[in-house]
Amino acid sequence: MKQLVILSGKGGTGKTTLAVSLIKLSKNKMFADCDVDAPNVKLIFEDTEILEEKPYFGLKKAFKYDDICIDCGKCEELCRFNAIKDGVVNINYCEGCGVCERFCPVTDDQGRKAIRMEDDSSGTTRVEKLNNEFFSNANLKIGNGASGKLVTEVRKNMYSFKTNEELAIIDGSPGIGCPVIASLTGIGYCILVAEPSISGIHDMIRILETSRNFNTKCFIVINKYDNNFEKTKEIEDIAKEKNVEIIGKIPFDKSVVKITNEGKPVVDNPDTKAAKEIIDIWNKLKNRLDLKNQ
Amino acid sequence: MKISVLSGKGGTGKTFLSVNLAQVASNSVYIDCDVEEPNGNLFLKAKDSKIENVDVPVPVFDQEKCTGCKECVDFCEFNALAYVGGKIKIFKELCHSCGGCTLLCPEKAIKEVNRNIGKVEVGTSGNIKVKTGELNIGEATGVPIIEKLLEDMDYSKNNIVDCPPGSSCQVMESIKGSDYALLVIEPTKFGVHNINLVYELVKIFDIPYGAVINKDMGDSKIAEEFCLKNNIKLLDKIPYDEEIGKLNSNGHIVARESKRFEGIFKEIFDKIKVEAISKKVLDKIEEEVKQ
Repeated sequence: MKQLVILSGKGGTGKTTLAVSLIKLSKNKMFADCDVDAPNVKLIFEDTEILEEKPYFGLKKAFKYDDICIDCGKCEELCRFNAIKDGVVNINYCEGCGVCERFCPVTDDQGRKAIRMEDDSSGTTRVEKLNNEFFSNANLKIGNGASGKLVTEVRKNMYSFKTNEELAIIDGSPGIGCPVIASLTGIGYCILVAEPSISGIHDMIRILETSRNFNTKCFIVINKYDNNFEKTKEIEDIAKEKNVEIIGKIPFDKSVVKITNEGKPVVDNPDTKAAKEIIDIWNKLKNRLDLKNQ
Repeated sequence: MKISVLSGKGGTGKTFLSVNLAQVASNSVYIDCDVEEPNGNLFLKAKDSKIENVDVPVPVFDQEKCTGCKECVDFCEFNALAYVGGKIKIFKELCHSCGGCTLLCPEKAIKEVNRNIGKVEVGTSGNIKVKTGELNIGEATGVPIIEKLLEDMDYSKNNIVDCPPGSSCQVMESIKGSDYALLVIEPTKFGVHNINLVYELVKIFDIPYGAVINKDMGDSKIAEEFCLKNNIKLLDKIPYDEEIGKLNSNGHIVARESKRFEGIFKEIFDKIKVEAISKKVLDKIEEEVKQ
């Protein structure tokens, strides 16, 4: 199976817009929304059958039992994440390291410490079925930070229903940190959606460098390329220098917002400027990834 | 005062709003907490910058003292330690610097050394003090850099904090102790869905909030309805404008180039100030009444 992830470094360049169209165009695949901080793929594919829904437990969190606590202040002194202040645990700051529990000097008659690490659901993962295809996604509970681990979980869930699909399409998150690293690990192909602006170029270079740490073959798509021809040219020069293929240039098209707001992928209106280019990108991808069953 | 600018979704105009608010506010400090992809300085182009490295402690092992009891390996929740071939191996990128292994080692075979993960740059752009954090490529978390950026905040100044996208740990670290949260909404189905996540977050953190709709193309009903339904004060709508988009994409600060936009941002900033201060006064009155 070939795996394709869509990333961008900078947010809002059009990752999801492109991803949902590629999902719509392709066959014989499974897909996942790994932007667990701000998942939007589901907004386009609402009419699904939920196959599996489970609470997601990240790392355990600290819970304090004041009936046992002797107010010695040891946990507060040792916690490096400032998650305990004036004897009260702020669960939003707890990273789950377990130092407080380990060094808590008191126990009750059943041997339980005054501060303990306990399970705390930090989100929900879901596997859904759309026609005959599997769609894995998740929601992170507000105030939880373990999103890199959750990305790995979403990918694992997708493969757990694996039959013999030819392709997996993964919508990634912005940035270059842990969720992005978790979505790049072990992936063969990556599309970087770049925007012709000073910020878009700066961020594209950083995500390109990040992807170099992995054995991932990258392609660049320039979105809204006609908003700034000079910056588009700059992206083309950088791509040439770094030996990355620009696999498509999508024009600015007002109908994109309109059709997306209707909850549909852009390619559902195949005659628009943007849809034509995306169809062209998909045809090139089939060739580059050597997909035979599309 | 600390004003945090956030949106959940990326690319809605957080940096656009932040640099322009810093431009029109007096006595302002612009702080870029989007340390994975910091962009504010591409616009502000700060001069006389001083760079400070950001290091985090990681364990090193005295292999002579280590008896291979593996207590540290079993304790580490982040899988940053492994016992391979009679030796402890550390995966530095996975270490959260909790200090647990060093504290519990029965042989005192572990000590901590500093490891660089990024930097903080402080300079000036006109009358604006500019603080930028940058995470090294390949690193997993920028939280320690954000801590460093915000540690010595002068609340007598107008601090504008440009937050990362999303709603997880780095965003939470950025908005701690804010006097006001400015929610930047892109009037699309995606934009509204994602603003809901940060709206929930600022409520948990008990921060006063208001919203600005950016890239208004005349059809922002979806965003306006969201604000109305949740009783979020809508401070302004910034129109989509090709010329502004062009200036911005070339790294210009719109409020420096256009009198009209300087006026728009001034008005937004004044509204934020009134909102944040009136919330403070209300809180104080409430406290006095209680006493």
